[in-house]
Amino acid sequence: MTAGVRADTAAAALPPRNLPGLDPSWSRIVDVPGAELDAGLTRQWHCVDTADALARLGAPVTGTILAVHGNPTWSYLWRRLAAESLRAAEAGEQAWRVVAVDQLEMGCSERTGRHRPLPQRVADLSALTDALALEGPVVTLGHDWGGVISLGWAIDHPERLAAVALLNTAVHHPAGTPIPAPLRLAGARGVLAASTVATPAFLDTTLALASPPLAPEVKAAFRAPYRAADRRAGIGGFVADIPVDSSHESFAELERIAAGVAGLTVPALMLWGPNDPVFGDRYLDDLIDRLPHADVHRFEGAGHLIAEDRPYAPALLDWLARSRDASSLRDGAPRPAAARTPQVARPQAARPQAARPQVEERAPQAHASRDQAREPFTPLWRALEARAADDATAVIDMATRGRAPRRVSWRQLDARVRDIAAGLTRMGVRRGDRVSLLVPPGPTLTAVLYACLRIGAVVVVADAGLGVKGLTRAVRGSWPDVVIGGRPGLAAARALGWPGIRISAERLPRAAELALGVSCSIRDVADLGAGAELPPEPGPGDDAAILFTSGSTGPAKGVVYTHGQLAALRDVLGEHLGIAPDTGLVTGFAPFALLGPALGTLSATPDMDVSAPRTLTATAVAAAVTASGAGIVFLSPAAILNVVDTADALTHDDRAALARVHTFLSTGAPIGAPMLRAVARLMPNATPHTPYGMTECLLVADITLEGVTAAAAAPDTGVCVGTPIGQNRVLVSALDADGRATGAPSDEPGVLGEIVISAPHLKSHYDRLHLTDVAATRGTPRGRGPGRTPALGSRQRPERASALSSTARWHRTGDIGHLDRAGRLWIEGRIQHVIVAASGPLAPVGPEQQVESADAVRRAAVVGVGPHGLRQAVAVVEAIPAARRPGLADPALTAAVRATTELPLAAVLVVPQLPTDVRHNSKIDRSRLSDWAERTLAGEKPGKP
Amino acid sequence: MIVLATGASGFLGRAVAAELVAAGHEVRTLQRRPSGVPGMTDVLGSVTDASAVERAVDGVEGVVHLAAKVSLAGDPDDFRRVNVEGTRTLLDAAALAGVTRFVQVSSPSVAHLGASLAGVGAAPASPEHARGDYARTKAESELLALDRDGAGMHVVAVRPHIVWGPGDTQLIERVVERARRGRVPLLNGGTALIDTTYVDNAASGIVAALRRAEQAHGSAYVITNGEPRPVGDLLAGICLAAGVRPPHLSLPAALGRAAGSLVERVWAIPGVAARAGGDEPPMTRFLAEQLSTAHWFDQRATRRDLDWAPTVSIDEGLRRLAAHYATP
Repeated sequence: MTAGVRADTAAAALPPRNLPGLDPSWSRIVDVPGAELDAGLTRQWHCVDTADALARLGAPVTGTILAVHGNPTWSYLWRRLAAESLRAAEAGEQAWRVVAVDQLEMGCSERTGRHRPLPQRVADLSALTDALALEGPVVTLGHDWGGVISLGWAIDHPERLAAVALLNTAVHHPAGTPIPAPLRLAGARGVLAASTVATPAFLDTTLALASPPLAPEVKAAFRAPYRAADRRAGIGGFVADIPVDSSHESFAELERIAAGVAGLTVPALMLWGPNDPVFGDRYLDDLIDRLPHADVHRFEGAGHLIAEDRPYAPALLDWLARSRDASSLRDGAPRPAAARTPQVARPQAARPQAARPQVEERAPQAHASRDQAREPFTPLWRALEARAADDATAVIDMATRGRAPRRVSWRQLDARVRDIAAGLTRMGVRRGDRVSLLVPPGPTLTAVLYACLRIGAVVVVADAGLGVKGLTRAVRGSWPDVVIGGRPGLAAARALGWPGIRISAERLPRAAELALGVSCSIRDVADLGAGAELPPEPGPGDDAAILFTSGSTGPAKGVVYTHGQLAALRDVLGEHLGIAPDTGLVTGFAPFALLGPALGTLSATPDMDVSAPRTLTATAVAAAVTASGAGIVFLSPAAILNVVDTADALTHDDRAALARVHTFLSTGAPIGAPMLRAVARLMPNATPHTPYGMTECLLVADITLEGVTAAAAAPDTGVCVGTPIGQNRVLVSALDADGRATGAPSDEPGVLGEIVISAPHLKSHYDRLHLTDVAATRGTPRGRGPGRTPALGSRQRPERASALSSTARWHRTGDIGHLDRAGRLWIEGRIQHVIVAASGPLAPVGPEQQVESADAVRRAAVVGVGPHGLRQAVAVVEAIPAARRPGLADPALTAAVRATTELPLAAVLVVPQLPTDVRHNSKIDRSRLSDWAERTLAGEKPGKP
Repeated sequence: MIVLATGASGFLGRAVAAELVAAGHEVRTLQRRPSGVPGMTDVLGSVTDASAVERAVDGVEGVVHLAAKVSLAGDPDDFRRVNVEGTRTLLDAAALAGVTRFVQVSSPSVAHLGASLAGVGAAPASPEHARGDYARTKAESELLALDRDGAGMHVVAVRPHIVWGPGDTQLIERVVERARRGRVPLLNGGTALIDTTYVDNAASGIVAALRRAEQAHGSAYVITNGEPRPVGDLLAGICLAAGVRPPHLSLPAALGRAAGSLVERVWAIPGVAARAGGDEPPMTRFLAEQLSTAHWFDQRATRRDLDWAPTVSIDEGLRRLAAHYATP
């Protein structure tokens, strides 16, 4: 005994027979010849082992999943994997044997009375697998400290190793970072014995981390082997074994494993619950650095007990099946020697692509490289470099709070970009490092953005529209190395503990720098970089940017673009609108404002509060057009509303300036014909466009006012968003009777289904959302599906000849709609808003438009109530005049609404105001409304939706 | 075939008898008063009278059992005598007489436990949980009937939900009468979504059960229009059809249920009901629950197994109701 924890001995025993989810027939006791400290002794282990159950099924065994629990759980943690793997085997899918051990001193295994530091635990596990004569292929799976031990086994058994999978764990503790508070507390002398052994407090704390909370009988099952203090010695031993510094007895072994992991080339999967007070995103980020080829999924909202919180078992088995299909899990495959150390293993830059066994499978980067290889790649900063000696204006910032507009020449902008790029490089920012930009749009943001792109740093762009909570999730989820922000952004970073070195956009007084934890200002960075060398340019396949989705459908997702894809976006925008160096852009919509320098044309931001587009006035737009001479104006829908409302203030000169605009775009969300017409009256010579796109593909289709007018005469339901832009392809994956998009994507007109798109500027992948990537590319040539989850499997339609080209990258948008005979795309809602009635699936937008045609209806939403497959359609309307309180519509309004549509409506409800999502303010929150209608029509008192 | 319909003098019973005649069956009826339906043979008597029942089932192939004590209040023994013992007597006699098809007309309330039901199928009848004497005794009788299902006699239970139409004195007349006096409150704004059945659809569904007894026997089926509507919508539709002002007063549902419980206790005091003119109590807890919780049903199995679909929509039914009230 090396740690002063008293412990008794006890033989292994089978777990109680009535634990929920654990089949007693899976349990076995294994006699294992001891290793190291235990040499010459025999130790008894309890294991959950599905070998016998598989034999009874007669399924040929694919391989073994060796599952290692952490502290203070036991093999009970893996019961769902055991059950799910047997279910899969029984269904004729792959048959993975699950061997889930109870480590010695833990669970139902033997209490030996010995302290077992990390090297001993790794040796113990090897001794067990030797005793079981476990052959390959083996997939290791570990959670918490079990993750480290499982990886120790993995690097020691390369010949049997097929893959590694990890749930919330860590292999390395960064020097200088304090260990997480809960563990520091638990490890403090005296507290150790008290909290982990004498009382079940540590166990109880861990079990309380589950979200949603564990059922009492499940908690009781986790506690079952740890009822008395003498049963808990192992828990204390584990806590004492946390190597807080290099003097610790387990430190060297941890370092050995951490380094060894970086040499692993087998497929790796990490499933993570970010709300973990111990193994948070910091450790995930460290593991991604070591295993850059890993497939990673962060389950937003889940915590430490991810195995209890989320369906990890189907996710793991599905991943194994897909990896196996791609023949990437080869038993005993020769492992290319990849001599990498974590110090040089930058996520993107040093990624040894040739050594990765599943390039075909994963490959967003690899594909992008190949796509771009066919055409010469012109990086975003090239146009800027080309005008480096030009004193003409590149950027005009009118939002200077009453001061004169700020003009920056091409020469100045180029120099600024170079200085910042070189300065960041001298500070140690490297290709693949993530830089979060919390800077308001304007010349500083433009310069910082291009500087980051130039050196290959990945910019993380999450806007304030997500709200503080959404922004925190976004920034923590992407785990930036550097945060560059204005004061509000930095204050939030400081207060909310966002990761990353902080750099201020403006120079701050020293006291403010200290208060905000700021290292330096952008000007300091530029000074540092003045005249310094720039690093080599990143390539088209390197990650360039992470943009966040609106979060209107669940937590915001990070969308990763490569340099090649951003360049393609620039090209498609330039070609579609015929942008030349002398065109000039006025833009009240950030993403496009930033493309001005890449297009080599002047861009001007009008005077407005950029975080509140509704503050933009017609006068401000006219002033920006006058100052820039721009021919193209981009505005967001919210801004357009106010611009139209403030048109009365325009002077004669303002109107003359606006008359010079030849193109107008509503960007962000499609707008209706009346609003487009109103803008057309302000800019009488402009062609109004309202393109359709999303964060994952900013420009998909486009329609002009003329097109909208023509579409109004068509019999189709939905919103017509025009035809695909440039080389984009748009197909529809038909909905089946159950409302799932299982049809092979096709261009057949009139078929309702999920919109599936392909474009050169389509995103690369989602950030750390592997399962979302799988879902978004399901059933497409380069997709990860179809998987074996019930949602995708058996009930697929007979495959039609697929219209998917096999070389393009495709994306399922989650939007539903149809194509018409003229090739125009009509949007009819989101797939999660499809109402699956007994008669089949119904899209909401068409009926909503019909209901809105009633005179007494201002706005309408059509939602479903009742069980899936039997839903009843209900119209929820804002009436004219507005209802004072929510409730049933009066008989006259009900009759009028029913008369507008052939869709049978179970009820017509009125609300004073329909709920809309925070960011867009125009998108009706149908999910929330559906829940509200469900409650109200169940007979609850109608509250506020 | 020769079919016996019990309770044929009631609102639904008359419609069923007429539907049977229209389907070409030779129809015999059993009830205390003449059925008043032309083209059929009346046997006068109660289902509680074994000798009348024996006479009624003699030579019959199919039975449609509708007779029941339907009320919101009353002597619990009366409910038991008619609904449970009457059904037992009829089943016994039918089995002896060689009846091959038996349709037990039941009620969704046999499985309505007071909670909201949305899109559910026909749950098993539950006498121990059913609310009130009517529902409890109907639950028992449905279980009795289905228990007799076998090779000799195919038993099907059908549960038409809230049957209405012109000439209905149970629901429509009461709603209209009370609305006229301004005494129909909506509970929680009348938003609870409920299924109802236009009388012609209920009748055709019941006759379909007789026709399909071979395929559907041993099971219970809820029969509705398959058009759930908010209570408030339906009450307004009925009032408008009858030319009276729709209800506009809303009470909190909890208050309605509490008031219902209180009224039930007061009504149970001997003589109170009589002094109130023999009327049903104005509100019972059961009624309050019916009016303030959703209860609508999955009709897929009913329509598939009975090979039946409603032919009169709610809107059409309301038009017929309006025409009925418009006729002097």
